Amino acid sequence: MSDTAVAPTHPLVDGIVEPGCKKVDPIVVADGVTRQFGGLTAVDVQHVEIPRGAITALIGPNGAGKTTFFNLLTGFDKPNTGSWSFEGRDLARVPAFKVARSGMVRTFQLTKSLGRLSVLQNMLLGARKQPGENIFRALVPGTWRGRERDITERAEQLLARFKLDAKKDDYAASLSGGQRKLLEMARALMSEPTLVMLDEPMAGVNPALTQSLLGHIKDLKNEGMSVLFVEHDMHMVRHISDWVIVMAEGRIVAEGPPETVMSDQAVIDAYLGAHHDTDLGDMTRAEAERVHADAAREDGPDGEERP
Amino acid sequence: MDWGTILSNAAGELFSPVTAAYALAAIGLSVHFGYSGLLNFGQAGFMAIGAYAFAIPVLSFGWPTGLAFLAAIVASIVFAFILGIPTLRLRADYLAIVTIAAAEIVRYVVSTVGLTDVTGGSQGLNGYNRDFYSLNPFPDGRYGFGPWTYSANEFWVVIVGWTLVIIATVLVFLLMRSPWGRVVKGIREDEDAVRSLGKNVYSYKMQALILGGVMGALAGVIFILPRSLQPANYGTALTFFVWTALLLGGAATLLGPIVGAMIFWVVLSLTGGIINGLRDIGALSFITDGQAGQIRFIIVGLVLMIIVVFRPQGIFGNKKELSFSV
Repeated sequence: MSDTAVAPTHPLVDGIVEPGCKKVDPIVVADGVTRQFGGLTAVDVQHVEIPRGAITALIGPNGAGKTTFFNLLTGFDKPNTGSWSFEGRDLARVPAFKVARSGMVRTFQLTKSLGRLSVLQNMLLGARKQPGENIFRALVPGTWRGRERDITERAEQLLARFKLDAKKDDYAASLSGGQRKLLEMARALMSEPTLVMLDEPMAGVNPALTQSLLGHIKDLKNEGMSVLFVEHDMHMVRHISDWVIVMAEGRIVAEGPPETVMSDQAVIDAYLGAHHDTDLGDMTRAEAERVHADAAREDGPDGEERP
Repeated sequence: MDWGTILSNAAGELFSPVTAAYALAAIGLSVHFGYSGLLNFGQAGFMAIGAYAFAIPVLSFGWPTGLAFLAAIVASIVFAFILGIPTLRLRADYLAIVTIAAAEIVRYVVSTVGLTDVTGGSQGLNGYNRDFYSLNPFPDGRYGFGPWTYSANEFWVVIVGWTLVIIATVLVFLLMRSPWGRVVKGIREDEDAVRSLGKNVYSYKMQALILGGVMGALAGVIFILPRSLQPANYGTALTFFVWTALLLGGAATLLGPIVGAMIFWVVLSLTGGIINGLRDIGALSFITDGQAGQIRFIIVGLVLMIIVVFRPQGIFGNKKELSFSV
């Protein structure tokens, strides 16, 4: 369904750009992943590879299975079938905490800041290899004080970078929604991950914070981390992603660099409709289909469509 | 009314073994609910397990007291595993339902006629404290002063009971300021978030359940040392009295459970004394003996309601910490 007659290529891709294409250097490789809820197949991914050292966006209409796929990869849900590897290690059906320890750290669509802990305590909780988290060693401060000093220093650096250092002794519950998003991202970085998975990082963030959040996500890449994010905000997707994967009805329907994907007829048909500059995040598949059908007839009823 | 006796009796409750037992059970509940967010409505079950696991080996197998203490600890760990393995993976409310049911199961099992030889059935057990008293280092005589005057054996129970309370408090203090405490407090706030940071949430919840459960079991032992073991004492009412003591003092605080238990017993003794005093002078002649005993608990219930409405964080709790509804 591609517009171009010549088979497209891309520096991240080994071969031709198409749904499920091979990457030069994948960090995640998934095969035959399915997840059913009763009779509904939420995720049915034949093959997908996430490139290393790049910012990859996972987009698609509501109900496309993006978050479910996200939960599967991070161990927060169990697949019916399928396997995937992360940096060559098999991670299918591995519990979430082990996935996180292997270097794949996620954030949540609805922020999960730990409200009645201070901002600094939130950060320290993100650190790995703190021996004082063992109940017996916890009783002997000598065994964990040194590590605590190191991670406190790192936490303070990160908080300064995310402009939360003035808030470090406040309860996390007293932060604004956008600050909580920043805190959650900073906390995820405490574990020094190799792949950061962001579930709708822009949801609920006021426009003033959007630019700084985008900058922070770009910084992750500059520091050598790979990023995979689910997002509805098309401007953000266009602005910062190197690669875009489009899901619809649980499948990967298109892949490519943002400028190509945005003009891909398959994506426009399945998802963007004639309104790809409006807030697509709120458009359901039924609405998208109706809009598309209306557009095809070219004389659809006025006033019923979304502005 | 003899105010001297009423006040003296009430003051005596401050450091009584029962208060120590309630304080210890409430500290255990504080570890569960206050710090880790585990809704344990079966603390009476842990106390019963501790009491029976202490008394039965002494009476049936002639175990020494030290070993019987150990048996109480081991039994409560096993009980915590039985409760925790199926429920700690589920939402918090499931643990609440399972613990309340499990505590009742324990009470019914120990009171069955078929087990009378071992558990004493509904009559309960006694005589298990002889070996404990034989370990008493204090010679016969009176100890303490004023309302806090004890016989040598009473004094021995008071010392052991409050020593355990102090040990438990120090343990909680050390743990909750450590990274371990940070993890369990994080789990209280949002366990998925903590899971996403690479912590084995299930294991931490199990550790917290065991820790608080062992404290509950030792509280059960302290509770029965100066008296006989009655299965009827381990109903849901006991669990809710311990909850009352905890919420009075403040759930995630160090001294809250102790002061809460003290207030609980002092108020109970004071109201009982005043009601009986009023009946003696004929002011409350319409109240029967049995009713007089129950009115005390009605008043305790009112105190709890007033505290929850006007000071929901308890006496020692941090208002700011509680005001964020998470």
